[in-house]
Amino acid sequence: MKDQLFGKDLNELQEISLALGLPKFTGKQLADWLYKKEISSVDEMSNLSKSARELLNKKYEFGISAPSKVQVSLDGTKKYLFPTSQNKFIETAMIPDDDRKTVCVSTQVGCKMGCLFCMTGKQGFEGQLTAGEIVNQIRSIKEYGDVSNIVYMGMGEPFDNLDAVLKSLDILTSEWGYAMSPRRITVSSIGIIPAMLRFLNESEAHLAISLHTPFDEERRKLMPVQIAYPIADVVREIKGWDFGRQRRVSFEYILFKGLNDTPLHIRELVKLLSGIRCRINLIRFHPVPGTPLESPDEETINHFRDQLNDKDIIATVRASRGQDIYAACGLLSTKELVGKEG
Amino acid sequence: MAKAEEYSRADHELFSVKVIDNVEISAGVYLISWKQNGAFIPGQVVKVAIDRLQPPRIYSVCCGNIDGKINILFNIKEDGYLTPKLATAVPGDELLVSQPYGSFHGDGSPAFWIATGTGIAPFYSMFQSGLSDHKILIHGARYLNQFYFEEELEWAMGKNYVRCCSLETSCNVFHGRITNYLLEANHFPKDYKYYLCGKSLMVVEVRDLLISKGIPYENIFAEIYF
Repeated sequence: MKDQLFGKDLNELQEISLALGLPKFTGKQLADWLYKKEISSVDEMSNLSKSARELLNKKYEFGISAPSKVQVSLDGTKKYLFPTSQNKFIETAMIPDDDRKTVCVSTQVGCKMGCLFCMTGKQGFEGQLTAGEIVNQIRSIKEYGDVSNIVYMGMGEPFDNLDAVLKSLDILTSEWGYAMSPRRITVSSIGIIPAMLRFLNESEAHLAISLHTPFDEERRKLMPVQIAYPIADVVREIKGWDFGRQRRVSFEYILFKGLNDTPLHIRELVKLLSGIRCRINLIRFHPVPGTPLESPDEETINHFRDQLNDKDIIATVRASRGQDIYAACGLLSTKELVGKEG
Repeated sequence: MAKAEEYSRADHELFSVKVIDNVEISAGVYLISWKQNGAFIPGQVVKVAIDRLQPPRIYSVCCGNIDGKINILFNIKEDGYLTPKLATAVPGDELLVSQPYGSFHGDGSPAFWIATGTGIAPFYSMFQSGLSDHKILIHGARYLNQFYFEEELEWAMGKNYVRCCSLETSCNVFHGRITNYLLEANHFPKDYKYYLCGKSLMVVEVRDLLISKGIPYENIFAEIYF
């Protein structure tokens, strides 16, 4: 099987060029073709000699792949299904909102983290995505070119595939790559501390942490990661990090009826997050099969938000999008996989 | 990487210990030991590293809390950084470890202990610490040689020790996966606690299955190998 050019960084492209007996600057030309122009084959790289293209074609393929399926919601949200090199499927969501188009990318096939409320976890872990497979989710959708923001909130835990995630961020934000501002990219994690610190050190993208409850015992039952990396430790590390004026940290909080939506939770959240300039994104829970959790009503959700705002914590309720197209992450790819295996 | 290294240095105060024993108890599976330095609660975990170059990995303690040592059970990940080196450690070699910590605690109340593979470790620690009364231990493995500590567990727990083997058969061993066993079994008291330890897919499948049998999710405690 041929190696893929798409997903290589500038250093790797320069090494490939030298190994093929081509000048080092060919690496930069390759990066231009891969990340700045809308072509899909080596043969279209018109400023390379014919012999250079033949050499490249012998050992490499371009490396982008089209989605195999797309579903469109009544609200304009799209869910793309991409096949992976391991014969599995991943999902990518494109969420339009006024003049913004946000793409939500996956970083793994399945997930190891086993959160009680998550559909992706029910697939188990089936493999890591490469940097190319992550960036391809942006490059190969119809809206490529109009994408304003990227969130790493799709299938998988980004900090459990950190090398590929950092490399994809490098491709997206470097001058030789897509040259996007890292301030338009948010990476969301459940808080694997050593990887989080490396991410903060080696990237400029925003950080979002899945919090969901400030109480240790409750969080253990929702998110087994709490046993290894308690949220109090995650927050302590965040408090010790200088985010500067532009970089943001936010916390994701899915509201579950009667479980984490009480005044006690508000009080504890205020205590936990004091001293951090942050925002809490409150998320409505959309039930997934086999999960005994429910969403509270709108009044409770809005009251929870208002109570946090009254305590000087900026909290917003995230709009639910694409509910009619299996909005819960992992549902579409699980169905596709079951269909394929059946 | 600098900050991650700083974290390794500060995190739970990794300190140096000397290996006192390292035994391959089954093909590719090792039990490595060092001297206990302070108390721990059965079910807790320790962080283990062999140098400051990579963040530590987390393992369940796999011995009783009065043994005077800490054991961990690990299998070799061929592409891993730590375990191939850990497997070659001999008595006197240095490791970097943390004090035991974590909240996957066993206690004296009735419970099911459900594990696959090396996920048996926290339950073996609870068993060795005298917490096996009113417990049912269900251990799943692909091969018969992966039922670590089976002789002493069978001797002490009798019918409350259930082995499920998916790829080989033997008398007194259920042939199939843990989930097959749980589907066939009927008696799952709602007031028992259910402790699960192993790979994520097993934990997620068993948790869903227990919930479908009416077990409140509040009574299910999961530890997943990341």
